[in-house]
Amino acid sequence: MTMPIETPAGDSAAPGEDNSRLWLERLGASGPRRDAAVIELHALLLKAARFEINRRRASLPHLRGDDQEDLAQQSADDALLAVLAKLGDFRGEARFTTWAYKFALLEASVKVRRRAWQGREIPIAEDAWAVLANPASSTGAHVEDTELFGALREEIEGALSEHQREVLVAVTLNDVPIDVLAERLETTRGALYKTLHDARRKLRTALAERGFGIEGTREEAS
Amino acid sequence: MNDRDKSGAPKREAVLARLLGPVGPELGCEECFAELDRYVELNLAGSDPDGHVPGMRAHLEGCPACAEDFRSLKALLESELERVERE
Repeated sequence: MTMPIETPAGDSAAPGEDNSRLWLERLGASGPRRDAAVIELHALLLKAARFEINRRRASLPHLRGDDQEDLAQQSADDALLAVLAKLGDFRGEARFTTWAYKFALLEASVKVRRRAWQGREIPIAEDAWAVLANPASSTGAHVEDTELFGALREEIEGALSEHQREVLVAVTLNDVPIDVLAERLETTRGALYKTLHDARRKLRTALAERGFGIEGTREEAS
Repeated sequence: MNDRDKSGAPKREAVLARLLGPVGPELGCEECFAELDRYVELNLAGSDPDGHVPGMRAHLEGCPACAEDFRSLKALLESELERVERE
């Protein structure tokens, strides 16, 4: 499959050629050549940010068109700074435009999630226990499920640290976006995911020690 | 992700998957972001993305936010491809 190519205007690239090298040359230049490349890069990032916000507009029912455009502009501005600061990290393993797009999509998705949760309290653990009390079973094994989910609640309350419990319950049971939780707890997505990962391992180990077979529980990412 | 039944209750398997996460080694969020562009291009090209980026799929199964970023970048490239093919 041939990936679509964004050709920077003002410089030529052969049809079908990966113009990543051209982007890097222009962004590493000085004067008008670099200025033109930065403007084109911002336009590219703005396109990606608008795409992302449009995909997520259902989660922002109260946001007007002007506000959505403001969010897209802010996302493109922040992504531009990130891309220019990290140009040295570009390894050329994907197209430059694909590499740059991910910064705009990340900025836009995080801003949308945070806007959607603006002013909302993070649900507490007690709000989540109903999920464990009555998950819809596709197996009909109600007795076993009652025991399994009862054990899960006991281990969440007893085996995890307070911080692990807070993160696990918020992200996996109360559907709090990890970026929103990271902002409230003044940390990063990566640090919270590490906490979540450790909590999950503890739960798996504890359930296995209690004799529950829990292999093969997985969701598809795509 | 269709993880609720007709009554709106979360499905057993979905609850377990979210609580317990993926089995086996997985990347962290920073590593996932670093590899995301390559992984998506490999995915769209059908070029064994999981062989080239071990641990990525497991992370995408375990991290809803990174999974959304994966779907967004893939959708953006697909939309560009469709546009190019129309022109």
